[in-house]
Amino acid sequence: MRIERDVIYIFIATLFLMVAIPWAAGQLSEDIFFEWPFFFEVAIGGLLAGVMYSLVALGFVLIFKASGVFNFAQGAMVLFSALTLVGLNELGLPMWLAVIVTLIVMLVLAIVIERVVLRPLVNQEHIILFMATIGITYFLDGFGQTLWGSEVKILDLGIPSEPGFYFGGAILINDFDLVAALIAGVLVVSLALFFQYTRIGRALRAVADDHQAALSVGIPLKHIWVIVWAVAGIVALVAGIMWGSKLGVQFSLALIALKALPVLILGGFTSVPGAIIGGLIIGAGEKLAEVFIAPLIGGGIEDWFAYMLALAFLVFRPQGLFGEKIIERV
Amino acid sequence: MIYREAGEFKASYREDMAILPIRQDRWFMWALMAVAFLVIPSIASEYWLGTIMLPFLILALAALGLNVLTGYAGQLSLGTGGFMATGAFAAYKLATAFPELHIIVVILLAGLITAGVGILFGIPSLRIKGFYLAVATLASQFFLIWMFNKFGWFTNYSSSGVISAPPMTAFGDFFVTGPHATPVAKYLFALTLVVFFAMMTKNLVRSNIGREWMAVRDMDIAAEIIGIKMLPTKLKAFAYSSFLCGIAGALWAFVHTGSVEPLAFDVNRSFQILFMIIIGGLGSIMGAFLGSAFIVLLPILLTNAPHLFGLNIPVDIISHIEFMVFGALILFFLIVEPHGLARLWQITKEKLRLWPFPY
Repeated sequence: MRIERDVIYIFIATLFLMVAIPWAAGQLSEDIFFEWPFFFEVAIGGLLAGVMYSLVALGFVLIFKASGVFNFAQGAMVLFSALTLVGLNELGLPMWLAVIVTLIVMLVLAIVIERVVLRPLVNQEHIILFMATIGITYFLDGFGQTLWGSEVKILDLGIPSEPGFYFGGAILINDFDLVAALIAGVLVVSLALFFQYTRIGRALRAVADDHQAALSVGIPLKHIWVIVWAVAGIVALVAGIMWGSKLGVQFSLALIALKALPVLILGGFTSVPGAIIGGLIIGAGEKLAEVFIAPLIGGGIEDWFAYMLALAFLVFRPQGLFGEKIIERV
Repeated sequence: MIYREAGEFKASYREDMAILPIRQDRWFMWALMAVAFLVIPSIASEYWLGTIMLPFLILALAALGLNVLTGYAGQLSLGTGGFMATGAFAAYKLATAFPELHIIVVILLAGLITAGVGILFGIPSLRIKGFYLAVATLASQFFLIWMFNKFGWFTNYSSSGVISAPPMTAFGDFFVTGPHATPVAKYLFALTLVVFFAMMTKNLVRSNIGREWMAVRDMDIAAEIIGIKMLPTKLKAFAYSSFLCGIAGALWAFVHTGSVEPLAFDVNRSFQILFMIIIGGLGSIMGAFLGSAFIVLLPILLTNAPHLFGLNIPVDIISHIEFMVFGALILFFLIVEPHGLARLWQITKEKLRLWPFPY
């Protein structure tokens, strides 16, 4: 992947502002506590939280790349997979078996979505498909909760969630966040390898480049869509496990899709690395703003800050940091 | 046999350019108006007027606003709820700061203020397009709601954050807001405004402004090349759209619920209105009304359906099943007619033209 020069400039500017603004706020205002170790603690916590956002954004990117569908249902898929996993576990299945069964369920879901929703809507405008995925969202939210109930369920993976001290005790980091980041990293690397070196991965990349050309060299488009939705389902399951064990498995899991959207537009709809970098920027920016800026304007800014941050990036790069360059012709 | 233009001759440009060129359409429209203004208020129960007709009309107005932006000008927006909230709070601030203002003036001014906010949030649309824009407009949604929740100035420092709309009169001495207002007065007031703005929008999209919007929607770069200025055209669309959404928000808070609360305008409201225009039909005035009727009536039907069949299901499961059925029906309608109910209406009219001798 070639990185364009202005992306590097934007990157440097972002890093500079992320350090300079909290520092300046700390110097100017009495209310804000600024110390370098504390700053790094917040920043690292934010980066790790950002990885969690990336996990959700990844699913969006996969589907958008391969089929041009903005899949709003990714959040619902996260919730549905987590609910299924916990529900099966409560029924008495051991965890490893529950994971396998959930994977099969997600595969079946991908097949059903392809047959029932995508195939009749092929060649429709993007907005219609987007709307259809919102329909899927409603359906999955209702279906999952009808099947498994709506009370908060606890998903315990046995990952320690006590904060640990690092760098000689100066910086406090939650161990759970580290494990989550590690898992996200493994997931991204394996996805990258899958895309780069397997037959199916090559076919996926071909479809992402050009549907018609891919069809004409004999790539079965329908199978590809099933595969890509199934992979997105797997990503959703991983995200569901991580978020579920962090927050508990409940309806609010579906809402983390709204957290992933700014990550998505910041990184670019079509870029897997974009989802990761976007997640890191959003995560760190959000946490830093919450600690160092929010007290000045009344707090509670986590609802919109990520969106405003992404908006600021889009003004400079309308296609996101790593999105495909938009070329318009008449 | 009955519905056809054969035998109707246009003698002037005025007749030729009429909004409803076919006589039967005009009759139908007058009949519809008569039903809406005279029949419904006299026969409908309070429940019907208050919980079905009012939300239907007000949300249809908001859908009309979004349809101008998304259906005519092609700018996908998810910030409708935020703009409605702006309208509601602007109307509240105006009504409490200047109690002597007439309610129509208050509502129009609230619309204008919302139009200003809409222009502000429309500026990024010059560079950002498509789904990027849709997600970017969510910024306005979340930011505006946060702002109204956070700063006490907007709620006149009320401690609960929920404030009731002051009682106001229109048409002489009839209360249209507040506890003394009858559902019939509220209904007629909302209906008058909605009909007025629907007519205005219909005329606007037939004018040069509307044609510019459609050119931008169909291909903005080509529109720019034939000499349409992007900046004013897109901003006009944002301004007019948020003007209508602001009025809808003010009506919702003042006339329908009677209380101004940010929660009524959260992101789900934005999605609901987007559903309306897509189910109803993008780029169609009729579509906004059909979509609104569908989306308002469907949940009510779904809630009452189990009782009709005599089933006893726990409430929480019903609400989940409602979600499911709602999603499934959305999918069903999209698959059957991706261009919305307005297209179905058009097809019906085409068929009716040839009926009963189709060949």
